Amino acid sequence: MTTGSLTTDLTGNRARRRKENVIRKVFFLAAAFSIIVSVAIVLSLVGEAWNFVSQVEVASLWELGWFPRRGLYDIPTIIIATLLIAGVAMLVAVPLGLGAAIYLSEFARPRLRRLLKPIIEVLAGIPSVVLGFFALVWISPQIVQRFSSAGVFSMAAAGIGVGILTTPLVASVSEDAMRAVPMSLREASYGLGANKSTTVRRVVFPAAISGIVASLILGVSRAIGETMVVFMAGGAVGGSLRNFDVLEPGQTMTAAMASLAIGTDQVAGEGLAFQSLFFVGLLLFLMTLALNAVSDRFVRRVREKY
Amino acid sequence: MATRAASVSATDVVRQNLRGKKFSFGGIVFEAFLLLMLLTALAILVTLIADIVAGALPVFRERGVVDFVTSPLSLAGDTAGVSTAILGSVSLTAIVALVSFPIGIGAAIYLEEYASDNRVTRFIGTNIRNLAGVPSIVYGLLGLAVIVELVDVIGLGGPGTTNGRNVVAAGLTMAILVLPIVIITATEALRAVPSSIREAGFGVGATRWEVIRHHVLPSAAPGILTGTILTLARAFGETAPLLLIGVATGFFSAGAGASFFDQLTGKYTALPVVVFSWSRQPTEGFQDNLAPAAIIVLLVVLFTANAAAVLLRNRYERKW
Repeated sequence: MTTGSLTTDLTGNRARRRKENVIRKVFFLAAAFSIIVSVAIVLSLVGEAWNFVSQVEVASLWELGWFPRRGLYDIPTIIIATLLIAGVAMLVAVPLGLGAAIYLSEFARPRLRRLLKPIIEVLAGIPSVVLGFFALVWISPQIVQRFSSAGVFSMAAAGIGVGILTTPLVASVSEDAMRAVPMSLREASYGLGANKSTTVRRVVFPAAISGIVASLILGVSRAIGETMVVFMAGGAVGGSLRNFDVLEPGQTMTAAMASLAIGTDQVAGEGLAFQSLFFVGLLLFLMTLALNAVSDRFVRRVREKY
Repeated sequence: MATRAASVSATDVVRQNLRGKKFSFGGIVFEAFLLLMLLTALAILVTLIADIVAGALPVFRERGVVDFVTSPLSLAGDTAGVSTAILGSVSLTAIVALVSFPIGIGAAIYLEEYASDNRVTRFIGTNIRNLAGVPSIVYGLLGLAVIVELVDVIGLGGPGTTNGRNVVAAGLTMAILVLPIVIITATEALRAVPSSIREAGFGVGATRWEVIRHHVLPSAAPGILTGTILTLARAFGETAPLLLIGVATGFFSAGAGASFFDQLTGKYTALPVVVFSWSRQPTEGFQDNLAPAAIIVLLVVLFTANAAAVLLRNRYERKW
């Protein structure tokens, strides 16, 4: 008799448990929705990209240049431009981002840090379309054209703009990595008589190197995926020949997609321009996915160490 | 004798090292270089804002802020304003909030409160982190291939030749774009709530949902809210995906007599898109003055949102 009543007691309220189960399932669906999104992205990219690959004339994929409206889809052209702009961007973002991160993490006293940190945070909040405008109307005439013979649109101006956009990301990820280095390492270094700058260069920097590398890879990934700055300041809207000179206009993968899409109505009837959009998108997706996976591994290494 | 001399000089060296101020030229150069980098970032920021304010000032001075903000799009430089764009951006952001918050916060609650650490959970977590790193323009492709069609099929395609390229499709696309960020920030806010709060709830017999509803969510609310405001700001300033899913980049008229439904499902534009199209407009005054003026409106909205988020965090964040 006693055991029987005990069991019923512990079962509790049936309706309450049922409600609990339903709620749990609803939340699970919300979490699983992200997987649906991933699948949808991959399927929509792969579907049209496959149509492109199966119908395109293979020779037009690496000859002459990128002129999708004339049926010339030289993929290397836009990949080269993408890498060139990412390279220029990193020339800007690495010194600015790393320099700011090292100063904020190691040299600035707490009060100064509170004063200076917002510079990076405000910079991070500026939308890319605003930086695109800035690259077009200020960086291009005041910096690029002043020191070279480049025209209004150039990959150099776009690259500097993208670099400014990438700086906060590089700064915040590498600052986190350096702040994760335990104080005891620094104290040991001071104990041996090293001064601040030696400690930073010989102890803190090597200890945080995984995170710093991760920040750089993330920066490259962000620079490759950036659209508006390149589209507005890079020029070559109709397409371009293969070109290695950053002072010339150039279209990255993202800018090529944006300029194709802006004229979607005209493009619809013309060959494979619409499908090429998805092929380029798939390439971009795979490139950034690989870079992010590598940087994720580096970040995790820092976390495991300390 | 020799040893004595050596020890004396060693003592001197140690004494000098301990007393004398060490002056390391290299160290000072290094520190100065780092500070210079930070100040360069500041200089860029100041130049950017000064340049844009200088461009925008004539517009605000001649027409006043109110006139610029309340005038619709126009091809004429002296009457063009951003009211159409503000309307589009606000409805877009509202749709983003309506769609991404419930799903995002729900997903975060599942991952943080319900899920055990198994393979499915880890897979979902990795997947969300990967989605957060996908370039925004790729979400534009998803919108173009799937969401625009979907919106058209379910009857929200809109009047005329809009065919689903409207603010509904844009809002859904942008909601999916920011979803991973909503989930990540909400997860962090939930994680900051100490487990003792939950255990106390379980201890008095509450179910998991009751604990979440009455204890975890209220404690995590400021953090979640801060994160979501920042996310909305991100959606408000995003341009690239909109270009792919058919935002109007030129002049258009919404039609004065159009019904609310037609306006919602018809052509639209957004503030960052207007910045983009005005900065390539060859007509006098657009690139030099109107585009900067639109940027000022955009930046004021974004900075206000950011300031609100920071204030909210400082005011309500609880230290456990």
